[in-house]
Amino acid sequence: MTPILDVRDLEKTFGSLVAARDINVSVPAHQTVGVIGANGAGKTTFINMITGHLRPTKGSIRFEGRDITGKPSREIVRLGISRSFQVAQIFPTLTVFENMCIAAAIARRKSGLLGNILTPVTSPAATSEAEAAIDLFQIARYRDVTANALPQGVRKLLDIGMAVAGSPRLLLLDEPTSGISIEEKFDLMNVVMSALKSRKITVLFVEHDMEIVAKFADRVLAFYDGTVIADGTAHETLDNPRVQELISGVRLKAASHA
Amino acid sequence: MQSRASLLGGLALLVAAALAAPFLPDWMVSLATIAFANALVVLGLVVLWRVGLVSFGQALYYCIGAYAVALTGRWTGFTDALALVLLGGVGAGIVAASIGFLLARYREIFFAMLSLALSMILYGVLVKTESLGSTDGFSVATPTFFGYAPHGAQLSHWLYWLTLGVDAIAALLVGLYFRSVAGALAAPIRDNEIRVEFLGISVSGIIHTKVIIAGVLGGLGGALAAMSIGHVDPNMAYWTTSGGFVFVTVLAGSGYVAAAFVGSLAFEALRSFAVDVMPQLWQMTLGSVLLLTILFLPEGLGSLVSRLRQRRAVKP
Ligand SMILES: Nc1ncnc2c1ncn2[C@@H]1O[C@H](COP(=O)(O)OP(=O)(O)OP(=O)(O)O)[C@@H](O)[C@H]1O
Ligand SMILES: [Mg+2]
Repeated sequence: MTPILDVRDLEKTFGSLVAARDINVSVPAHQTVGVIGANGAGKTTFINMITGHLRPTKGSIRFEGRDITGKPSREIVRLGISRSFQVAQIFPTLTVFENMCIAAAIARRKSGLLGNILTPVTSPAATSEAEAAIDLFQIARYRDVTANALPQGVRKLLDIGMAVAGSPRLLLLDEPTSGISIEEKFDLMNVVMSALKSRKITVLFVEHDMEIVAKFADRVLAFYDGTVIADGTAHETLDNPRVQELISGVRLKAASHA
Repeated sequence: MQSRASLLGGLALLVAAALAAPFLPDWMVSLATIAFANALVVLGLVVLWRVGLVSFGQALYYCIGAYAVALTGRWTGFTDALALVLLGGVGAGIVAASIGFLLARYREIFFAMLSLALSMILYGVLVKTESLGSTDGFSVATPTFFGYAPHGAQLSHWLYWLTLGVDAIAALLVGLYFRSVAGALAAPIRDNEIRVEFLGISVSGIIHTKVIIAGVLGGLGGALAAMSIGHVDPNMAYWTTSGGFVFVTVLAGSGYVAAAFVGSLAFEALRSFAVDVMPQLWQMTLGSVLLLTILFLPEGLGSLVSRLRQRRAVKP
């Protein structure tokens, strides 16, 4: 079967700085992939290239067999890849419901040059998808709260919910638990992962907490200095001596389990 | 529900305004015609303002609409008012579509100043063009209505009705636009452009559309004003003209389509009153009104309506 994501020889340089190099990854549909690596290892750069936010210097990216290298992000979104952000990207002056509604309406808009103008923002299809996404992410009690007043965890869920309201087939989560207290992290990931599973969305997530990686990822990629130094099941990657040596936090995790 | 109520309310106001014409003194009909023509430009500014953009050069489109009418009459002798108004709108729209490629890349003060610069270029060109009367401009041929050629008071009534009709259609379409995905994206774009792009939308595409809508409205307004005044001159593109439109936009606020029309009417009435009664104090009056609006009604006249509504909702 064609992999949902196929990345070949990907490279990104910023002047003399090499942020990504020799990245080769192929992800089959419905696999949950965790991405680990120290600060500045190139994880966000990797996601930015897949979502069209950055244009790779070299290499190719295929989504369901189709070459998407260098396409603008809005086109990639329309093809079926969505993302959430390290810092939640929501519309602070709108309520949770309005945020979701916009996301759902955009995904359901008519095609063509005037599609944005000819689609009402509160069509029944859009509002019912917005309500469904709010329920799916268990944030119904914040439905009418303005987004800038939301607690951190809810902002994250809203950010991911908005991406999901666009019915993607591949979702890239950049540190979904960053800024969240340790006690809340697992609950948040449980909500997110079961929501994505019920929608049959393939997910790749960046995470610094190895407990979470071990619990939720079928497969783990370890990034170091812009490239993938280990790729295997969660166990294989986290037990890899090189990974333990180069990525702090991994050894701690291993030690705590020993 | 609410949209149907405001639709019926708007329709009732429209009919009342149209029927009132024969009972009003001529100067009042002319004043209302200019006010409602200018309101179209303001409505365009409201479309831009909702996304956080201010254009200090909307007079560009106003002037293009006006000169399109005047020049067509002068060169071809064609005088049908409705066709000329549409021509003014289309002409300004084409210009907006072209410079929109440039404008859509800018935000904030850069957008405002770039708009201003473009309008001042047109002003400069018109001032230098002796064949079009330079700073004096030239007069507009008397318009006709589907072959009918009214005079005097009749003419001003017909121009008034035409303006009301164009306003009604523009208000309806802009109201629908605000409820569309593109229209509803105004606040999101103001809030967070990155998120909008990652929902699959071209922000510059949306802003480009808004520039075109505002341009078409500006052209329609200019065309109607030119016929009503009976004269065009380069001042129609001058920055003080643009400034007046921005003034009314602040006065009206961006919450309601109808506010553009009420605001414009209030502005013209205030101006004619102040210029008559205390010509030296006109600028000061203008400044004071603007100051009071910003201090006490930062969301414009329109916000009075929502405040009343809220108060009523609170009461049992
Ligand atoms: N737009 C940019 N311009 C210049 N350098 C950049 C840019 N984006 C990223 N970099 C550099 O590329 C390297 C990889 O950064 P990246 O953000 O991908 O790291 P990361 O693995 O996501 O780190 P973190 O865990 O801190 O989020 C860093 O050295 C960073 O400074
Ligand atoms: Mg990062």
